[in-house]
Amino acid sequence: MNTLSQTQPLSEALSGRDDWSRFTPKQRLIRYAGFVSAAAVVAWALGSIDVIWAWVWDSPAQMADLFGRMIPPDPSNLPSILEAIWQTVNIATLATMIAVVVSLPVAYIAAQNTTPNRACLWLGRFILVSSRSVNTIIWALLFVAIFGPGIVAGIVAIMFRSIGFLGKLLGEAIEEIDRRPVEALEACGASRFKIVLYAIVPQVMPAFFAVSILRWDINLRESTVLGLVGAGGIGMILQGAIDTFNWPEVATVLLTILALVIFGEMVSSFLRRKIL
Amino acid sequence: MLKITNLTKRYGTGDPVLKELNLTVEGEQLTSVIGSSGAGKSTLLRCINRLVEPTSGSVVLNGTEFTNLSRRELRTARRRIGMVFQSFNLIDRLTVMENVQAGRLGYISTWAALTRRYPKDDIRRAFELMERVGIAHYADKRADELSGGERQRVGVVRALMQRPEILLADEPTASLDPKTSEQIMSLLRDLANELNLPVIINIHNVTEAKEFSDRIVGMRYGRIIFDDKPAALTRAEMDQIYAGVPAQDRAEAGAAA
Amino acid sequence: MSATSDTRPDSWRKPAFIANPVLRYALYLGALVYIVFTLATLPIDWDRVSDGLSRAQRIFSGAFPPSFDRAGLLFDGFMESLKIAIIATVGGIILSVPLAFMAAGNIAPKPIYLLGRAIIIIARSFHPVIVAIIFVKAVGFGPFAGALTLVVYSVGFVAKLLAERIEEIDFGQVEAMRSAGAGFLTTQVYAVLPQVMPRLVGLGIYQLDSNLRASAVVGIVGAGGIGATLANAFGRYDYDFALAITMVIVGVILVSEAVSGVIRKRIT
Repeated sequence: MNTLSQTQPLSEALSGRDDWSRFTPKQRLIRYAGFVSAAAVVAWALGSIDVIWAWVWDSPAQMADLFGRMIPPDPSNLPSILEAIWQTVNIATLATMIAVVVSLPVAYIAAQNTTPNRACLWLGRFILVSSRSVNTIIWALLFVAIFGPGIVAGIVAIMFRSIGFLGKLLGEAIEEIDRRPVEALEACGASRFKIVLYAIVPQVMPAFFAVSILRWDINLRESTVLGLVGAGGIGMILQGAIDTFNWPEVATVLLTILALVIFGEMVSSFLRRKIL
Repeated sequence: MLKITNLTKRYGTGDPVLKELNLTVEGEQLTSVIGSSGAGKSTLLRCINRLVEPTSGSVVLNGTEFTNLSRRELRTARRRIGMVFQSFNLIDRLTVMENVQAGRLGYISTWAALTRRYPKDDIRRAFELMERVGIAHYADKRADELSGGERQRVGVVRALMQRPEILLADEPTASLDPKTSEQIMSLLRDLANELNLPVIINIHNVTEAKEFSDRIVGMRYGRIIFDDKPAALTRAEMDQIYAGVPAQDRAEAGAAA
Repeated sequence: MSATSDTRPDSWRKPAFIANPVLRYALYLGALVYIVFTLATLPIDWDRVSDGLSRAQRIFSGAFPPSFDRAGLLFDGFMESLKIAIIATVGGIILSVPLAFMAAGNIAPKPIYLLGRAIIIIARSFHPVIVAIIFVKAVGFGPFAGALTLVVYSVGFVAKLLAERIEEIDFGQVEAMRSAGAGFLTTQVYAVLPQVMPRLVGLGIYQLDSNLRASAVVGIVGAGGIGATLANAFGRYDYDFALAITMVIVGVILVSEAVSGVIRKRIT
């Protein structure tokens, strides 16, 4: 209606409109209703939660007190702390390696374009979903009950959780491949295994490495807390220090954990850049 | 010799895409199949090696009936049919040599495939073919580092590594610029002569089809309505084949390219 | 083609991923040494491990069928987890927005940028369980510690990703606002916020889902929620109740993940 050729010069064209709003009244009503209900939910949560508000207002003082007790950090137990950190790294690394190997066939059967039949597809999906939905700590609780306290429970727990993570992302990578090389190799008369080897594996390689390295990094973090439920690693020392109110040692342990996690992130982003 | 009899392909309950087609290809001819989109050219080609399953009819290649082979027998039989694709269908992250050797996957052991330790004869043959088409110096390069025409040449070598009895090409030049397109067509024609290989090409550029083929097959709505030497393809015939699309535009677009 | 093939190579090897052979073999050797060494020196009590299978059988037979007798307790625990998750998500987002601006290289001046990044790194480095323990010691048992823990957890995630999003914006819009003479805050609201809003909403919904999962876990160390119920059940060898709780947790996670996925798809 108002193409450029049909407009009036400025002095004559003042339309006299002086109102504008971004949303129509109806839209504004909906947005308002949305905000109000969100606020109501938050208010309900705050109101009905089982919290002693006196303590809440006291908490900054409490935290400052705790922080004060942690300084200065006490390095006297450093040798066993470092040994425990080394154990933690091993738990994470070994568990990730095993999980990577185990997740490959699971990802294969959980991907719609490579699964041999529907039963396998549902089996694969079920394994992945159960593995992902149960937190590492909960797995650790279970395996401590089965294998007793120690790193075996920790390694198995990390493994079980990682399979779901790796399998899901690898399965998605498999589903997203370009099907055309697969078609070409079928036309050459190659067997299913060779088709996977030549047409699917190379396409999935970058995702495979990226996801494995990412999971190792996450597992490093997860391994630090396994000891709190008895499954080995630095968590055991941390729990011991907390139970004996040895706050300066707690501070040392926290600092080493911080260093470990930062180290892990540096290594993993270095490796990921090298691979891609 | 390839003999197709009464080939029919129907998807669901609709009109069949291929309607009782009959076609015989032998010797070292280069046969071009032309027709508008939806005529069934691609389906025809893919029914030959059963990348698309025919609904009924027979496909016989040098005495072997393809339509009733089991999955295992089909795999072995497919080695005898080489195929070249419009999108090249190479494995981008692998080297040219691996892509080319992929044509031999139906022949070599699983261990050799896994470790990339290819038989000496295969390596020699690969270099021979790669030199013939001019890509031998790319043997160690990743396939996605090559240009379009070079990649199609890799596809051609891969198909020839199978030592096929027939070569199928599904719009091999559709993704290439006009000059490269002519190079590939010329290559296919020369190879057909040198290797005594029948070649069937799907193509939509009629000018190229006329220039490089020994025989032109025109399809329309699942039937073959023209099957003769290129010289016999008059404008009237082309109108029939491309009914609904001015044959004039087609020929001129082809000539200008 | 010529009949002679004597000038053509008949062997071929794929170029290795790591070109330098010294480096390549050093890495292989290093990996081998690591695996052998750690497996040999890991403190594993093999007797206890082999006991494990019979223990596992006892546990699983004790766990079936799952017991919903104390469903009331389960429900209360779950509700508490839900409240913790809601409060933590809202609090986390409110804190994340300014922190993300602080940690965005294209908006914040260098010292503030470094401070922002440092805060985010510290927030992310500690597993929520560790943070929960600290907060429990600081402010006492119960859901308040859990909420604080998850606020830190949320900030670590949302602020980092939001900062990355801010760094990816079309800076031309900021320049246009600045050249028109807009002040700092106005520029952010008009030029930056609209670009990052969809991502922020997506992150918020994702984090709500994430917090719901995490709240199940922080309870194990006393920070409230269904995790506390679960830890108690394990401690009392009530494996059938523990299974019931775990099933509920898994079910809630699945539903929440599905709902969050649907909402995020709708709004983007």
